Amino acid sequence: MGGLVLTETLRILAILPAFNEAESLSHTIRDLRTGPVPVDIVVVDDGSRDATTRVARELGVAVLTLPFNLGIGGAVQTGFRYAHRYGYDIAFQFDSDGQHFAREIPALIAPITARQADVTVGSRFVGETQTYSQTTTRRAGGLLLGTLIYLLGGTRYTDVTSGFRAYNAKALGVVVHDYPQDFPEPESLLTCRRYNLRVVEVPVEMGHRVGGVSSINTWKSLYYMIKVSLALCIERLRTRERGV
Amino acid sequence: MHRLDLVALIASALLLAYIIEAVRRRRLREEYSVLWILTACVLFVLSLLRPALGLVSALLGIATPVNALFAVGFGFTTIILLHFSTVISRLSHENRDLAQRYALLVHEIDNQHSHGANHGKVVSKGAPLP
Repeated sequence: MGGLVLTETLRILAILPAFNEAESLSHTIRDLRTGPVPVDIVVVDDGSRDATTRVARELGVAVLTLPFNLGIGGAVQTGFRYAHRYGYDIAFQFDSDGQHFAREIPALIAPITARQADVTVGSRFVGETQTYSQTTTRRAGGLLLGTLIYLLGGTRYTDVTSGFRAYNAKALGVVVHDYPQDFPEPESLLTCRRYNLRVVEVPVEMGHRVGGVSSINTWKSLYYMIKVSLALCIERLRTRERGV
Repeated sequence: MHRLDLVALIASALLLAYIIEAVRRRRLREEYSVLWILTACVLFVLSLLRPALGLVSALLGIATPVNALFAVGFGFTTIILLHFSTVISRLSHENRDLAQRYALLVHEIDNQHSHGANHGKVVSKGAPLP
């Protein structure tokens, strides 16, 4: 396959947003280093109180230490800026909590290397990947937001909350300037649409988070739904920023 | 003059004096004091001049003139709060941008010292940090 040959010459960056992830970093980085695609790794320490930065340095990966917590959107965007600055061809977000697997990277980046997509989203719910089970409420919330995005943007996505995403250089040029801050995943799908980026969903397997608490707990979920729905509607009203 | 008018007059005069003093001592920047000074002036004039207040209450359809004072005060307060919300939003946006630039710069400086995990050369031209 041409795609495989291409990955040999492309410079690919894994962006690991990390908030108090000192415990899980070594596992995640080992997974990436033994994975099927050679990638550079940058850890974005999002104002952790634990030894995240020190652990990442000891593991020999690049570390960007934010002076205070920005939230997942701001942290990932720091990684985008790094990728853009150092001229990477592809950058993808890879979570340290055991949800993402390095063995799925070839599938995730394939549409980009084949020049069929600018952004790819790993989906738990498309194709034959049935290993992932979400709670009913969370799945319902995801479907609701997916429907809202469909109504606002005309594109049907199956997994709008997935954080396992890859961007090519063109898409990076957009998200370094324009990326939502908190709960960025659903909203950024519409942001990409606004800049005419081609977004393709790819079936991937995902794991369950190992330890830690999801950033969306019971009480926050209502706020999450309201905030994201509002953000989606307003995002639809935006025009492109000048010069991006 | 009713007692309430007197209270309103003194209160708005004190507010105006406090704002000007705060700006003079540079505890409040001029750009943020404009709305406050405008509010205090309007309240002061309305509580000083009965006919003006009567006119405003007639225009707004308010039976008790002093309620017009509250209505005007509330309206201005709303505008001020909204203005500050936009200022805070802008500040937090700039704050995020600074934090990200800071993290990238610290990484770059550390690399120059140690030649550690540098993956490549800077390719972005123009602005040093996108």
